[in-house]
Amino acid sequence: MSTDHHEEHPKGLSRWLFTTNHKDIGTLYLWFCFIMAVVGGIMSLVIRSELWQPGMQIVEPRFFNQMTTLHGLIMVFGFVMPAFVGLANWQLPMMIGAPDMALPRMNNWSFWLLPPAATLLVLSLFAPGGAPGAGWTLYPPLTVHEGMGMDFTILSVHMLGISSILGSINIIATILNMRAPGMTLMKMPMFAWSWLITAFLLLATIPVLAGAVTMLLTDRHFGTSFFDAAGGGDPVLFQHIFWFFGHPEVYILVLPAFGVFSQIIPTFARKPLFGYTSMVFATATIAFLSFIVWAHHMYTVGMPMTGELFFMYATMLIAVPTGVKVFNWVATMWRGSMTFETPMLWAIGGVFTFTMGGITGLMLSITPVDFQYHDTYFIVAHFHYTIIGGSVLAIFAAIYYWLPKWTGHMFSEPLGKLHFWLTLISFNLTFFPQHFLGLAGMPRRIPDYALQFTGFNEVSTIGAFMVIFAQLIFFYLVIKCIRGGEKAADQVWEGAEGLEWAVPSPAPYHTFATPPQVR
Amino acid sequence: MSINPLKSLRGVVVRVSAGMSLLLVSGLVRADYALNFQRPVTEIGRDLYGLHMMIVWIITVIFVGVFSVMFYSVFKHRKSRGHKAATFHESTTMEVVWTIIPFVILLAMAIPSTATLIKMDDVSGSEMTVKITGYQWKWKYDYLDHDVSFMSTLSTPQEQINNEAEKGENYLLEVDNEVVLPVGKKIRFLLTAADVIHAWWVPQLAVKKDAIPGFINEMWTKIDEPGTYRGQCAELCGKDHGFMPIVVKAVSEEDFNTWVNEQKATQIAAVAAAGKTWSKDELMRKGEKVYAQCSACHGATGQGVPGVFPGLAGSKIATGPVADHLQIVMGGKPNTAMQAYTAQLNDVDIAAVVTYERNAFGNDTGDVVQPADVKALR
Ligand SMILES: [Cu+2]
Repeated sequence: MSTDHHEEHPKGLSRWLFTTNHKDIGTLYLWFCFIMAVVGGIMSLVIRSELWQPGMQIVEPRFFNQMTTLHGLIMVFGFVMPAFVGLANWQLPMMIGAPDMALPRMNNWSFWLLPPAATLLVLSLFAPGGAPGAGWTLYPPLTVHEGMGMDFTILSVHMLGISSILGSINIIATILNMRAPGMTLMKMPMFAWSWLITAFLLLATIPVLAGAVTMLLTDRHFGTSFFDAAGGGDPVLFQHIFWFFGHPEVYILVLPAFGVFSQIIPTFARKPLFGYTSMVFATATIAFLSFIVWAHHMYTVGMPMTGELFFMYATMLIAVPTGVKVFNWVATMWRGSMTFETPMLWAIGGVFTFTMGGITGLMLSITPVDFQYHDTYFIVAHFHYTIIGGSVLAIFAAIYYWLPKWTGHMFSEPLGKLHFWLTLISFNLTFFPQHFLGLAGMPRRIPDYALQFTGFNEVSTIGAFMVIFAQLIFFYLVIKCIRGGEKAADQVWEGAEGLEWAVPSPAPYHTFATPPQVR
Repeated sequence: MSINPLKSLRGVVVRVSAGMSLLLVSGLVRADYALNFQRPVTEIGRDLYGLHMMIVWIITVIFVGVFSVMFYSVFKHRKSRGHKAATFHESTTMEVVWTIIPFVILLAMAIPSTATLIKMDDVSGSEMTVKITGYQWKWKYDYLDHDVSFMSTLSTPQEQINNEAEKGENYLLEVDNEVVLPVGKKIRFLLTAADVIHAWWVPQLAVKKDAIPGFINEMWTKIDEPGTYRGQCAELCGKDHGFMPIVVKAVSEEDFNTWVNEQKATQIAAVAAAGKTWSKDELMRKGEKVYAQCSACHGATGQGVPGVFPGLAGSKIATGPVADHLQIVMGGKPNTAMQAYTAQLNDVDIAAVVTYERNAFGNDTGDVVQPADVKALR
């Protein structure tokens, strides 16, 4: 593959500002999400520090609410979503044998929308009245009464949304048009499949969110009353629209993670994925169901009973395709020849903790008992198990899996394993006790609590500090791996299959200028 | 840039160290690691507890089963033990089996859940109705069949919240006026809110529903045994969401009737008080107490929260025409957190608080508003 003159590209800042290279853009996405994770992580420590003991210690209640709101928005829109887009940018072209993304210039734009959007979101803290303190779900009428920071947030959400829409159009165009000759859809790697489905979810739901926040904006400033009963509106309407976006959003965060698990587990089990076809169908089924279950986030708003029954049954059904995925991963491992390098540890840990979040999700689907779980710490525990336990662990798994391909160096296995065990243990220390807090009656989003909740809150705070500080190991490991280390082979992992392993390590600036032939 | 989120550092250090030492003693004594639902005291509560435990056991068994298989594999099927990889994959039989079995289990869970939900939804045959209205950050209760109504606010002293005094046993779960309810009667609740969405939740009664401005929700309970049951607002409703508890006191029917009569007597006394002419001092004293509920937004010294809630010190409203001031307190301000207080406060309260606001915080207008002035505007 002679691509010498293609290797010439601007150096320094302009390389990154003007780049249309999928690998550069992937790197930008990953560093961006790392910075956002640090910002959101610090906010979580503010929250956990205030909750260390009952009583108000370090922040005011209003500032506490701003922290929970921004922590949620930043982690969802600034960390997890961009992280998977970054992985997609780096890997999808290499996995399907394409020279780059289908729409490289748009790719540049969809990244460069993010930093100003994130800045705007964080700047809302300094607007008169501060950032919104209404939770990441932005429910009116509370958000209608917020200060100017709310308008910052609305604009920021719009920009983040445009970025996601452009990103998903690009991913769909790339997967549908740029696969190497011979790679039929049903021969695609699972990571590509799960991203293809995720991209359609994004395309269908982000405009709905944009509509919801725009209605909020006109309610705030232009005299409409979409969400104000006094003007003929309905505050619950916002919740319906928000969750019509919000529930598929959960799968936007987790389907790419399923794709990552499905790449890594067969590699280290040295055995093909047990049921490729059923995995594809399970993913598509989950995506479809995600559109008809939104109101299970709002059982307590006073829906008619038939409505509640419908949403309960539909939600319970999601357990079936999700179960199929978990059973398939276990069957893939069964009678394999397994080794447990760092990526495999993260993948197994991810399947384990995600499943814990999944089964508490099944508990939450049961309408009558959900009335007791709703808006308590049980919910907080549940969704951190799915988003950290599923998505974030998968992001780490993926980074460890492909890092040698990106840098050309092996990372330190002992450090990677230490990072894994510390994160897994402290993550469980943080969030497992929150199940008990919620069941015992502690509401979520409160800055202060009754004395009987002290014990488990202490445990949770200790865990949270450990989780965050364990990530310093990761930072050190990545920097070290970029700078040098044992030379990585092209076929980094013995059992790995796929086109990305056919290119040299580190992957050259341009790959697959001539499409490979897939049998 | 206008609010400093961190309290002054010195204050923090002093308060934290004082608070921590108090806490360590009381905290250790009360260290409590409750793992499950609070003991239910209603039939629905027991049904939900049973349903909850049934699901917990089912999912625990499934989880342990699936991951035993996985961890067996992790330990046995290792390359380091010389295990050779099998090559099998794709089995329609297996896929069908692990689709059907979960489906059947789900069906088994759905049937009792549906039955319980139908029971919870049935408010028919209720013997009395209490209307609950959520306000930022307090509750109003109207006993529709007894002509009794009152507001209920957090009674935990601010010093305890700021770690300047030892926290009481029911820290943050205590109110000035408890909701007294008779045992053994089917009670219907109507829920609504005046400003933003709240949710009324008492875990031991197993009732929770949103209180939504402009809409009315319904739910019911029938309490088995006398006792005090504590809960909290469950829907984020702004700054003091964590500070609007609910306390239900369940009593026998006779005690309930006695309580109703007492409440009526107090309300009659309040009407008499509204008829007399009050001195400025009396109004100021009374007004300072009433202002406690305004201070959440407008600040204890009338400074407000810049950018969100306007201050009153030297403000146009509090120093301008009395009529405008009364108008905004009684009628509220549309599209803001300022509610109409006509329903929440009686004539004396409104007269007192307006007088207070016009003379405190250096406003010194000298204006005195009498309860009769307020009554004339109703
Ligand atoms: Cu509330």
